Amino acid sequence: MMNLMRLFGGRAASAPVARERLQILLAHERGRNGASDLLEVLRAEILGVVSKHIDLDPDKVVVRMDRGKFVSMLEVDIEVPNGVQRSMMVAAT
Amino acid sequence: MAKVLVVTSGKGGVGKTTSTAALGAALAQTGQSVVVIDFDVGLRNLDLVMGAERRVVFDLINVVQGVAKLQQALIRDKRLENLWLLPASQTRDKDALTEEGVRRVIADLKTKFDWILCDSPAGIERGATLAMRYADEAIIVTNPEVSSVRDSDRIIGMLDSKTVRAERGERVEKHLLVTRYDAARAARGEMLSIDDILEILATPLLGIVPESQDVLKASNVGCPVTLNNTGSAPARAYIDAVRRLMGETVSMTVPVERKGLMDRLLRRRAA
Repeated sequence: MMNLMRLFGGRAASAPVARERLQILLAHERGRNGASDLLEVLRAEILGVVSKHIDLDPDKVVVRMDRGKFVSMLEVDIEVPNGVQRSMMVAAT
Repeated sequence: MAKVLVVTSGKGGVGKTTSTAALGAALAQTGQSVVVIDFDVGLRNLDLVMGAERRVVFDLINVVQGVAKLQQALIRDKRLENLWLLPASQTRDKDALTEEGVRRVIADLKTKFDWILCDSPAGIERGATLAMRYADEAIIVTNPEVSSVRDSDRIIGMLDSKTVRAERGERVEKHLLVTRYDAARAARGEMLSIDDILEILATPLLGIVPESQDVLKASNVGCPVTLNNTGSAPARAYIDAVRRLMGETVSMTVPVERKGLMDRLLRRRAA
């Protein structure tokens, strides 16, 4: 059937293929761009807030997002050096 | 109130410079005062497309760096007295443009002109981000072709995040200009249709410029297509687009070449 159509109707239409490829690709890229921007903003702001009180190594602040079908998990992992707590206690007394 | 428009696309070769020249000239023909700025530092071409390449003395970088005054760098069009060009530098590299410098130049131009059209370089680097930085509105030039549509999507994302307006929580009004469109091929399913592109990019349509030999003819002689052959299909498309930019409601059609019968027969055989 396809061959017959090609014989009489010229080439098969390629535009629908282009359209579908684009829709799939852009859905993926938009999601990724949006997510990475949001995570970077969150990371910067969390780092800012915590740094007001504790000296942090910026590389030790990790913000991750796991996207699930119904809920997503936002994971914030901050490594705090041990020396800090002592100095905080000194400051409190 | 002066309006700052960026003509952008992400992908190169889709018709940003051609469209900037054509839209600028069509706007100026309605009596508005217009300046077109070339942001493609190192690879300037707007001067060539507008036929002003031999009259460039100072450029945007000179003005940004304070070497020349704005008035010294602005070139008045020979055909339209209210159309001006601010050329890009051919020798400097793109890092010579600074955000603060561009801000000052645009603020100054806003006191002198009704419309400021910024012709963006291709890509998503400094030149392109600075061209869109202070825009009130954006014209996204797209070809009905997968790589162009993808890059347009990327640029739309940048317009919504990296412009001064976006950072203030305001909107950059976006317009889609589809160029090099071939209605016959789209009808045969060989080319993305206007509906396909609009559905994917979800941006209001400003105009449809058909694929046409008149575009090359115009750039060959250094004249915006809207001045070179006012009745041609692409010129009519650009003129309609300008009317829409100015707030008129103009029904959306794809202008077609006006051809004689012999012409049609010969062309069909050639194709």
